[in-house]
Amino acid sequence: MTQLPEKTDRKMGLVIDLDTCVGCHACVVSCKGWNTENYGAPLSDQNPYGADPSGTFLNRVHSYEVQPESGPAQLIHFPKSCLHCEDAPCVTVCPTGASYKRTEDGIVLVNEKDCIGCGLCAWACPYGARELDKAEGVMKKCTLCVDRIYNENLPEEDRVPACVRTCPSNARHFGDLGDPDSEVSQLVAERGGMDLMPEQGTKPVNKYLPPRPKDRLNEEIDILAPLLAPVAEEPKGFLGWLDKKLEKL
Amino acid sequence: MHPAPSIIAFSTFSGLGLGLLFWLGVDNTAPTGWVAFAFFAIAYILAVGGLISSTFHLGRPERAVKAFTQWQTSWLSREAWSAVAALVIMGLYGLFLVFFETQIAVLGWIGAFFSLVTVYTTSMIYAQLKTVPRWNTTLTSVLFVSLSIAGGALISGRVTIGLILLLVAGGIQAIWWKTGDARFKQSGTDLKSATGLGKIGEVRAFEPPHTGTNYLLNEMVYTVGRKHAQKLRMISLLLMLVVPVFLLLLPYPHVFGVLALLSHIAGVLVSRWLFFAEAEHVVGLYYGMR
Repeated sequence: MTQLPEKTDRKMGLVIDLDTCVGCHACVVSCKGWNTENYGAPLSDQNPYGADPSGTFLNRVHSYEVQPESGPAQLIHFPKSCLHCEDAPCVTVCPTGASYKRTEDGIVLVNEKDCIGCGLCAWACPYGARELDKAEGVMKKCTLCVDRIYNENLPEEDRVPACVRTCPSNARHFGDLGDPDSEVSQLVAERGGMDLMPEQGTKPVNKYLPPRPKDRLNEEIDILAPLLAPVAEEPKGFLGWLDKKLEKL
Repeated sequence: MHPAPSIIAFSTFSGLGLGLLFWLGVDNTAPTGWVAFAFFAIAYILAVGGLISSTFHLGRPERAVKAFTQWQTSWLSREAWSAVAALVIMGLYGLFLVFFETQIAVLGWIGAFFSLVTVYTTSMIYAQLKTVPRWNTTLTSVLFVSLSIAGGALISGRVTIGLILLLVAGGIQAIWWKTGDARFKQSGTDLKSATGLGKIGEVRAFEPPHTGTNYLLNEMVYTVGRKHAQKLRMISLLLMLVVPVFLLLLPYPHVFGVLALLSHIAGVLVSRWLFFAEAEHVVGLYYGMR
């Protein structure tokens, strides 16, 4: 059903910390690993060992360079997956009802049996969160690991999305962003969590925590500098003689 | 955006066919018998052929019939319904004209209405997308509908009205191109808002997520055609507007009319190719591209 729910009971989503992400791509690998063998069609690769490899991924890590007005440039790693928008434009454009947003937790999913692979939802998404699988001809997207988070066969600590579970720097957090008291909501409030492309009007549920301000070197830290002054002097003796002779040549 | 040949052919030919159906529907003295048969055959070959070709770009064409279910929110679904309504009603109208030499004017008017609605729904599939600022304007619908009516007038042999409509459609096309060039900037979406990092300083895409390409880049960051865009615009306008107008002003409309029509179709095909090839999707920003 491609009509968006008026409101969802919970707003499950991710909070991604751009300050601590080290750009290791472990979330990309674990996402592909889990999702290629669980919910829905596998995530296929085309020509994986050839000259021109490509494949379907639900999560990709970009890297950006930001140049502040003064000081050195910063390198920021930027994981990007479906933001499970409240006003998801990908859902309403779907002609078959394959795309839908769940009322109970707000997760945006694709019912692959109904997907005709027209690609319109991928066009409607400003974030590039949806990719058409070349082998299967259906649209793939992040499911927020819907087959993990409620899975009672898994130990409790594993009932989070694969990307969150695997992140070695704790840059990914999972929880209910509709509950102001939840840990993720508090993190967003504390760190000034932000929306991507707010002007697109999609109201994303996932939030990004901006990098913390960098420390700046100031004069005082340099008190040892005089003691570390370079000691190189004019060469004397044989080297001095050699230097002069070579200079004259 | 990737200019898929199936989609370009679909929107051009079905637009033309539906434009012809519109004129057949509103014609007070519609042709009957074999002449009507010829006209309706051409209209249906164009419209239905176009619609069939649109299914070629689907990943799962065997499920295409499911696209009828979501008319409440989806313009693609509305297009499917409207196309069926137009083709069924005009089919009935044509049946009476061809075999019973009877014109049921009401059917014609309703069919003509749905023919234009179908072209409008096609245009809305693109015009609704905020992610492609160049398309995201009412002018896109005006362009599609005006081209369809002008093309239909040409096929149905209406010289005077055809001339006027050609000039109107050509003008709208020129305005759409001109205003379209500024629309990405006007949308307010840039790498700063895309990453949210603009508050710190100037943002530059440093490293993409992978060294190869992917679905998103192939489908939405198609940059090949943009280099010659200005020249192609001129060629398109020349073929779509200038040549047909010149040919229509010559005597013997039956000979030159056909040439005018062929030239017009070629021009619209070039314009439709540019419609996709020039369109920039905001997702390109994440890859440091447009």
